[in-house]
Amino acid sequence: MTQYLMSVWHTEGEDVYASEEEMQQAFADTDAFNQQLQQEGSWVFAGGLHPPSTATVVDGQGDQVVTTDGPFSEAKEQIGGFWVVEAPDLDAALALAARGSKACRGRVEVRPFADE
Amino acid sequence: MSPHVGEVHRAEFGRVVAALAGRFGDLDLAEDCAQEAFVEAVRRWPVEGTPPNPGGWLTVVARNKALDRLRRESTRQARHEEADMLHQQHEADPGARVTSVTDERLRLIFTCCHPALAPEARVALTLRLLGGLTVPEVADAFLVPERTMAQRITRAKRKIGAANIPYRVPRDAELPERLAAVLAVVYLVFTEGHLPGSGGAEQRADLTAEALRLGRLLRDLMPDEPEVAGLLALMLLTDSRRDARFVGGVLVPLAEQDRARWDRAAIAEGHALVRECLRRGRPGHYQLLAAVNAVHTDAARAEDTDWSQVLALYDLMLAATPTPVVALNRAVAVAEVSGPAAGLAEVDGLGDALVGYHALHATRADLLRRLGRPAEALDAYDRALALATNPGERAFLQGRRATVATAAASAQ
Repeated sequence: MTQYLMSVWHTEGEDVYASEEEMQQAFADTDAFNQQLQQEGSWVFAGGLHPPSTATVVDGQGDQVVTTDGPFSEAKEQIGGFWVVEAPDLDAALALAARGSKACRGRVEVRPFADE
Repeated sequence: MSPHVGEVHRAEFGRVVAALAGRFGDLDLAEDCAQEAFVEAVRRWPVEGTPPNPGGWLTVVARNKALDRLRRESTRQARHEEADMLHQQHEADPGARVTSVTDERLRLIFTCCHPALAPEARVALTLRLLGGLTVPEVADAFLVPERTMAQRITRAKRKIGAANIPYRVPRDAELPERLAAVLAVVYLVFTEGHLPGSGGAEQRADLTAEALRLGRLLRDLMPDEPEVAGLLALMLLTDSRRDARFVGGVLVPLAEQDRARWDRAAIAEGHALVRECLRRGRPGHYQLLAAVNAVHTDAARAEDTDWSQVLALYDLMLAATPTPVVALNRAVAVAEVSGPAAGLAEVDGLGDALVGYHALHATRADLLRRLGRPAEALDAYDRALALATNPGERAFLQGRRATVATAAASAQ
């Protein structure tokens, strides 16, 4: 089994949902998907994030800790939420990602965790 | 490498890699140990004689090298035991073993052509691991520096391991899409050999031969897939014209080729495959392209070509795959059936979709030439020449352009 990070990415300035109803439906679908993950035994962890404007960046490498307002990356693509799942192989993880993508109305990046 | 070992290398490398990958689940290990087994063959065969079953000999030697290496690497001990245990379970079921032996290379090609890998990495891995080309040979095929190609292959193998890309033939639901990716890789290798876009050669028989070999392998492994048969037929029928396609380094268009120089054996094999596809009645893109080529290779003289049949096939293709390139090829058939003016109308109906594609301008140039519109034809030849990179095709376009220019000047 391999653990995968399935992260959801949105493009800044683009409306994720067409309407309030669409948003509520996406939340409901994502909840249902999360429950399925748990029932199927693929679930490790998941979470949705507040907007990138709520992020703060900390650099503690030097003598003085430097704190700046985030997000870390100025890229237009920002992470909106994620799942950590366990799957037998990449094809199985991609199949989960396809379902997650449909539920949350977003594109999903699948990336394996390094062993141990 | 002695010529004999070289021959065996091309034929058996993929089989040895696939057998080891299937057993140990580690492509790096499989590739390295297959390579070492061939090195040992080069050393021992000239002295001891070539073994009666070279492929079996190589697989056993490679497997023993892999086992030795795993024993030495204690960190891999657990994996080794796990792999060996799996293998023992495997061997306990003789029926399962037979299928797994025939399927190993098929699994390997689906791993190499997985959609999670970049398209250029799929081609590189397939040529390296299944085709047995060396890294410098793969680099040379795609005109990238050896270091770049080595990195590309290493990165792809690392991704296969890290992301746990499975080593298996996809399930039925996924198969059409995944098979299409495999066929695309093989056809890409073929077209790069048939009409290289770079590197200065008119054609590269090494690449077309490699693509044909992969096509035959797929055909052996998946005898019931009509698109696999279609791709092999398409490559055979296209390659049958190889010796007639260039004269003195200049491309010869289909209508003007010396048909006596076509390879009759390849044509017969291709036609048999096309007939098989027709019987199956599950047409697809490669089968239709093969059928078009069957119509061409069926005609004893260019004027005997059944263009209405070609047009009907392109109609089917356009309905299934409505791309501008298919529409452009269909326009060529329209010009033969209904005249160059009708063909030109089709080409101009494509708009700007193919404005950067030399074949669009070359097709327009030819139609305008036949319509007696030399000024526009010359302009189209210039645009085609600005984009075409194959030397034989450039020489052909330059020749045609010069003829049109001379005729236009003497008419004034």
